Amino acid sequence: MHPLNRRGFLGLTAGLSVAALTGCGAAEPTSSASTPRDGGRLRAAFAGAGAKEVLDPHLANLFVEAARSKALYDKLADLGPDVSAQPRLAEKWEPDAGLTRWRITLRQAAFHNGQPVRAEDVLASYARILDPARAFRAKSSLALIDLPNSRAVDERTVEFALKRPFVEFPNVLAAFGAYIVPAGTEDFTTPVGSGPFRFVSFEPGKSVLLKRHAEYWEGAPHLDELEFVIANEESARTNALLGGQVEYAHDLTPTTARSHAAGDRMAIHRAPNSAVQAFAMKLDRPPFDNRDLREAMFLLADRAQLVESVLAGSGQVGNDLFGKGYQHYADDIPQRTRDLDKAKFLIRRAGAEGLTVKLDTSTAAAGMVEAATVFADQVKGSGLTIEVVTGNKDSYWSDTLKNGSLSSFRSGAMPIETHVAQRLLSGSGTNVTKWARPEFDALYDQAVSTVDAGRRGEVYREMQRSLHAEGGYLMWGFADWIVGAAPKVGGISTAPANTLDWARFDKVWLG
Amino acid sequence: MSLRRYAARRLAIGLVQVLAVVTAVFLLVQALPGDAAVALAGDNPDPQRIAQIRAAMGLDRPPLERFGDWLGGLARGDFGVSLISGRPVAEFLHDGLGPTLVLAVLALVLLVPLAVLLGVLAALREGGPVDRVVTTVTVGLHSIPEFALAVVLIALFGVQLRWLPPTAVGADLLGQPAVLVLPLVVLVARPLCSISRLVRAGMIDALASDYVRHARRLGIGVTRVRFAHALPTALAPAVQQVARTTDWLLGGVIVVEAVFVVPGLGTILVDAVAGRDLPVVQGLAVVFAVTTVVVNLVADLLVFRLAPRSVAIA
Repeated sequence: MHPLNRRGFLGLTAGLSVAALTGCGAAEPTSSASTPRDGGRLRAAFAGAGAKEVLDPHLANLFVEAARSKALYDKLADLGPDVSAQPRLAEKWEPDAGLTRWRITLRQAAFHNGQPVRAEDVLASYARILDPARAFRAKSSLALIDLPNSRAVDERTVEFALKRPFVEFPNVLAAFGAYIVPAGTEDFTTPVGSGPFRFVSFEPGKSVLLKRHAEYWEGAPHLDELEFVIANEESARTNALLGGQVEYAHDLTPTTARSHAAGDRMAIHRAPNSAVQAFAMKLDRPPFDNRDLREAMFLLADRAQLVESVLAGSGQVGNDLFGKGYQHYADDIPQRTRDLDKAKFLIRRAGAEGLTVKLDTSTAAAGMVEAATVFADQVKGSGLTIEVVTGNKDSYWSDTLKNGSLSSFRSGAMPIETHVAQRLLSGSGTNVTKWARPEFDALYDQAVSTVDAGRRGEVYREMQRSLHAEGGYLMWGFADWIVGAAPKVGGISTAPANTLDWARFDKVWLG
Repeated sequence: MSLRRYAARRLAIGLVQVLAVVTAVFLLVQALPGDAAVALAGDNPDPQRIAQIRAAMGLDRPPLERFGDWLGGLARGDFGVSLISGRPVAEFLHDGLGPTLVLAVLALVLLVPLAVLLGVLAALREGGPVDRVVTTVTVGLHSIPEFALAVVLIALFGVQLRWLPPTAVGADLLGQPAVLVLPLVVLVARPLCSISRLVRAGMIDALASDYVRHARRLGIGVTRVRFAHALPTALAPAVQQVARTTDWLLGGVIVVEAVFVVPGLGTILVDAVAGRDLPVVQGLAVVFAVTTVVVNLVADLLVFRLAPRSVAIA
């Protein structure tokens, strides 16, 4: 039932945006967003972090940096609409039988200076990310590459040696920030990449101007020029769009989307399944070391109400599992719904009646404080009391990784395998729920060394069944990613944020 | 004590004040939860990665040693480099100072003559309709917080009527002066009241004073008495208020910068504190402290010129 619901929803949003676009085209036949047109400058407003922004793609951290990196550079692979790795600069990949040696064939592509993208550039880029003296974001993903034993077979073939068998190696090639730069690059003041746009100018904290790279391997972009401008406040991005100062405003709130959806000055584009919204319970300490109490929490959440009130309806309910709609998602597990009576019973059985639990939250991500407040209200009358504690937003993720027993959580899109590797193994670096089970670790090892996709999928489902029954993540919803654009802008994808087609300006045109 | 010696002593005290501010800022940022490495790691707070970032940033050195190095650099005019981007702090200050200065200078150029004019007009017609209108309008404007006024002006003139650009996003401030209109209106609206009220009160006092009456008795023309004799005395209290306003404007008015997307010093401060980018925060603290000291010194010297008796130089 649920995959049908999801597809129905996707189809509906796609249908709506097409309707909006054609509607606009009918009203103004001269400026149509439905037929691609070449030329023009698109100005895109993103939140930034002031003058500390950088153009080094390996340092990319913010959405604006990811979007700019994508315009200037390529990765070997990137994540498709179902968040599975798709070939990019890599034309194909072939593992050996033991899954420890991977042969990557590069496609015929060139950097903006005309130099071809060579095996040597790939190895040098990865060596830079893996430099022990530095701390690039993609480092932990790439850590399983045995670089000294990897080699360039010829100009367009790389052979990677891995430290252990890993069938999901393409996910590594698609890791956040794993961009290919020309070998030896350390100065990024005038970046040279192989992406669809060339660099023109950069004013930190203010704007970046790029222009079309006509010889892009996947075909030249529609736009002549692309300008990224920085506006940290959501209201400022909205106003700039309404006032015609920009044509694309990234990351709007559901409230803005709701109030402008019917207007003719802004088209709203929603990317479903972009961010999971959750509460994280820690399994290694009281009170949530008690399985009954965790189940009671799962049953206390009124997910539909949370989606309606916190996300203003711009999202879908979650089933305590990461990656709804992604490859390997266990959509056959029945959806949990609120069951107050059973929750009360479980709380009594856990001996937790009258217990007050602190729920740590902060404004580090949109909607977290609101969700905590609504959930605390939903728990009332169950015998359990939740006290919402708002912490410092800048150090929130690090604080809640170590401290407390219950905290707000959110995450952007990544493959389910990556989510497990980063958060749910005994040795994971960001294991906020402290889920550490040798038998689960063994299942993961089995999955990532199983070549047969069907059997591998079955192992992933088994892992998800155990997480659903006993895990520490109460994943109550999936928020849409909301982008506003001028009605004449066409070609904006609704793929989840952080995937290949998100903020993909080489496919966008000004009608 | 001569004026020159007074100024020199004030500057010396100012230097101590700047050092005190910088030390306090250093201690306060140390007291904030998390450091630059934690802030940068964000939602990917792998302790191993945070340790690597910390080492790469040099945050594994003792805080006092880092502060000492930074102070040493400052003595040579070196503000250090940003922990996060590695760019020199001086570049940040330079980038942020431009927009802040443009806004501050233009706001003062509009504000001071307008406030003095309104204050004098109101004083000359004390209790009359002009006085009442000026008082009502300026007090009314004063009672609206900057962000509320900004939001209303943007919604009306920027979005609804489309007369003016709603933000300054990506714009060159001096190249496209239209983007400055709404921010300047917001910046001038509140101080206009406090300054014009002080000028009005000072002017009323001065006009009623013995020396003005004496000057009139000597047969000096009414205009000359008003503007050459009464006005300078009336301005003295307002100068202190202008100094406070200048200080406020040069600090980068964060609300106005955020709403109108003007990447000035206030925006840089907010970003630097959020990122725990200590060298940048300290660099800004130096700028803000120096501005405060200098602006207040200039104001005191100016008041001394205008009304020598009102400043006790001891």
